[in-house]
Amino acid sequence: MRLVRLWPENSRFDFMRFRRFSFPLSALISIATAIMLLTVGLNFGIDFKGGTLMEIQAKSGQADVAQIRQTAEGFGFGDVEVQEFGSAGEVSLRFPIQPGGEAAQAGVVQKARDTFSNEYDFRRVETVGPRVSGELVQSGTIGVVLSVLAVLFYLWFRFERELAVASIIGTLHDIVLTIGFFVITRHEFNMTSIAAILTIVGYSLNETVVVFDRTRELMRRYKTMPTEELLNLSINHTMSRTIMTAATTALSLLALVLFGGQAIQGFAQVMLYGVVICTYSAICISSPMLIYIGLRGSEAVKVPEGKAAAAE
Amino acid sequence: MDDRSWAQAWGRSAARYVWPERLRKVELTMLRFSKSKIIATLAFIIIGLLLGVPSLMSSEQRKAYLDAVPSWVPSWLVPSRAIVLGLDLQGGSHVLLQVDEADLVRGQVTLLRDDVRRILRDTRVASQNGIQTIQRGVQIRVPDAADRERLMPRLRELAQPISNAVLGQTGDSSIALNEGPDGVITLTLTDAGINDRVRRAVDQSIEVIRRRVDATGTTEPSIQRQGADRVLVQVPGLQDPQQLKALLGETGNLEFRLLAQPGATDVDMLPMREAGGQRVPVERRVIAEGGDLTDAQAAFDPQTNQPIVNFRFNIRGAQRFGQATTENLGRQLAIVLDNEVISAPTIQSPITGGSGQISGSFTVEQVNNLAVLLRSGALPAKLTIVEERTVGPGLGRDSIEAGKIATYVAGIFVVLFMFATYGVFGLIANIALLVHVGLIFGLMSVLEATLTLPGIAGIVLTIGTAVDSNVLIYERIREEVRSGRSIVSGIQAGFDRAFATIVDSNSTMAIAAVILFFLGSGPVRGFAVVFILGILTTVITAVTLTRMMIALWYQWMRPKALPF
Repeated sequence: MRLVRLWPENSRFDFMRFRRFSFPLSALISIATAIMLLTVGLNFGIDFKGGTLMEIQAKSGQADVAQIRQTAEGFGFGDVEVQEFGSAGEVSLRFPIQPGGEAAQAGVVQKARDTFSNEYDFRRVETVGPRVSGELVQSGTIGVVLSVLAVLFYLWFRFERELAVASIIGTLHDIVLTIGFFVITRHEFNMTSIAAILTIVGYSLNETVVVFDRTRELMRRYKTMPTEELLNLSINHTMSRTIMTAATTALSLLALVLFGGQAIQGFAQVMLYGVVICTYSAICISSPMLIYIGLRGSEAVKVPEGKAAAAE
Repeated sequence: MDDRSWAQAWGRSAARYVWPERLRKVELTMLRFSKSKIIATLAFIIIGLLLGVPSLMSSEQRKAYLDAVPSWVPSWLVPSRAIVLGLDLQGGSHVLLQVDEADLVRGQVTLLRDDVRRILRDTRVASQNGIQTIQRGVQIRVPDAADRERLMPRLRELAQPISNAVLGQTGDSSIALNEGPDGVITLTLTDAGINDRVRRAVDQSIEVIRRRVDATGTTEPSIQRQGADRVLVQVPGLQDPQQLKALLGETGNLEFRLLAQPGATDVDMLPMREAGGQRVPVERRVIAEGGDLTDAQAAFDPQTNQPIVNFRFNIRGAQRFGQATTENLGRQLAIVLDNEVISAPTIQSPITGGSGQISGSFTVEQVNNLAVLLRSGALPAKLTIVEERTVGPGLGRDSIEAGKIATYVAGIFVVLFMFATYGVFGLIANIALLVHVGLIFGLMSVLEATLTLPGIAGIVLTIGTAVDSNVLIYERIREEVRSGRSIVSGIQAGFDRAFATIVDSNSTMAIAAVILFFLGSGPVRGFAVVFILGILTTVITAVTLTRMMIALWYQWMRPKALPF
């Protein structure tokens, strides 16, 4: 049987050349993300914004969105977002947070249930008050910051300083681009999105670490090889693995996007995008970054002379 | 990069890069998979997989299976624990309540004012301007030094030391007593005192909530403290938490008082339900309260067929109620629930039997709730709903279905892909993958972990990442063999060298997952659990199990070349 090869053996591709495109491109996207984040902002879900989310399904299988919107706007609970999704007459309603503190939120659900429960099933009702949403924003931010710090600490402990710095730059790049994805697609940003970002942090480092593990190994073997060549070699060596893993992970996520159901689709889409971004950044951002950071600085001291000579 | 350096990288130097002195040792360690080690590995995996079996059964099947186990088998030998489905999968309500601190403080200040009034009366000291309520406390003014002398020791008794289960006496006191100029004395609740009250209020609330929720007949509610001032109530299967919320939203503080007669001074103006919320004067004196009740039942009035609540007093309550009704024949009683007069019957005859009824214009549901409230006792403070999440059973079922399909499809994708790429080795990786998913199930069952919708996503995602370790190993083996090693030494070197990378790459993933676990709540935490367990099992299956299978395959086939 002929087996599939996604990447040729003994490849000698010059990946470092890409940095002329990838650096400006990533910088551009990052800046655009920052600007859009400040001007347009994220589409916060009720986890962070507070408010009430309802998913209802028409018992007849046919939802009258226009009528729902008209009725819901008549409640006087502020701007209500009404959206149809799925195929079986499912409609989601989002009400903003009501003034008057925690107790004021309950009225929304009551009113909606009284109005719609004859013709619609309530599949999901979520109400988050102002206090809880404030805390969720806080813990979400802490989580992302903390994970970056913890990982930085691990890398610092496990790798040379230069490699640690380069991989953390790659990871920050991936976080920024993921946020950019949320800003541009108007994907709802909620607690699950934080989970997606943290998973992407993990995956991003996973990718970089595999390449850098090899860089470190090759560095000790070829003492005199220029950084650029060394990095190219590392990526070429690990490329077939990178492609395999990206492919299997992407295939799983694709299964989730296609069949996982509406509630998990958003998460899977972000992760799928994340896998692509992480793979790109490990090859085109973190690794070439080392050309500028310098690679040999601390390493030359660390490897004893005799051992290095034997390896060559 | 010029040709020369490439040649150096790929040609001569790479080919020379072997360690001849290690070759023989390598051959031995790779093949040495003793029988006992194989048996141990298999036993570990089989036990791990068996632990997951109860999770695959429905609860009735599980019960039947546990009953079928002979009694002489020790219970720890029988896997009985199962994965718990999260509320987002089985449907149900999640209500997060917070003790209303302002309400609690108000109540405490009222108590403090009553205490101070009592002490002033006892010591026959008069305060100028009476007792002023200030923020978080009360203020009195006693200009005469001799009066203050008598008063202060009694006031000091009000300040209770706060004890803590962990630290014992903390030295903090619940009330701060201050003497200002001009004989001004202030008593304020301390922060420590309020925190302590909040903590105890949460504990008491949990008890009261449990009684109330149980009374609604829902199955397996989970009621737990969350943080310093919150209670999380989770009720699986509950579709419309309206009744639950109505029950939890009421403090349930019942008082029997008298409607005030014209000209009375010590009165509260309270809204009366029968008068459409119009405020009526009610005497401050409380004849009996909810705590004096021993029972309360919803019923129908045999004459009017109206829904009513029958109640029964304890001895103390019966006595006081009997006395008050005897003394106040013909006057109107005020039955006050959470500062609202819900009923104001006229006392027709002394009620000395210790039982009575509350009637009014109630619906059946209202009397049912009222009876539950009275039976379960009053909450120590008002509870506010700060978060509510309800998932209907239909959505939960659909989510499980969709999750199953996605898992199967992801599994099939990955299995086919691995087989197409690595042949026999891909098959071995696929067996390891199946075991990996099985072990996640087993571990989750033992831990009785909660499977949530993001948790399912976690399983699917680990299907993709689990094979990463295999891929790392296989690619490494391929490289080693290509650079001139024999197949067995290549396999050995592949495992050895890839191992450090596997540990590194999984550790970084684990760090992110652990943080997510501590940070997230509910569904998101479910994702973190799956992910952490997935990382643990992947190291076991990809390294130990794969290595064993490859060793056996090698011993059996004695191949001359790698199959991929």
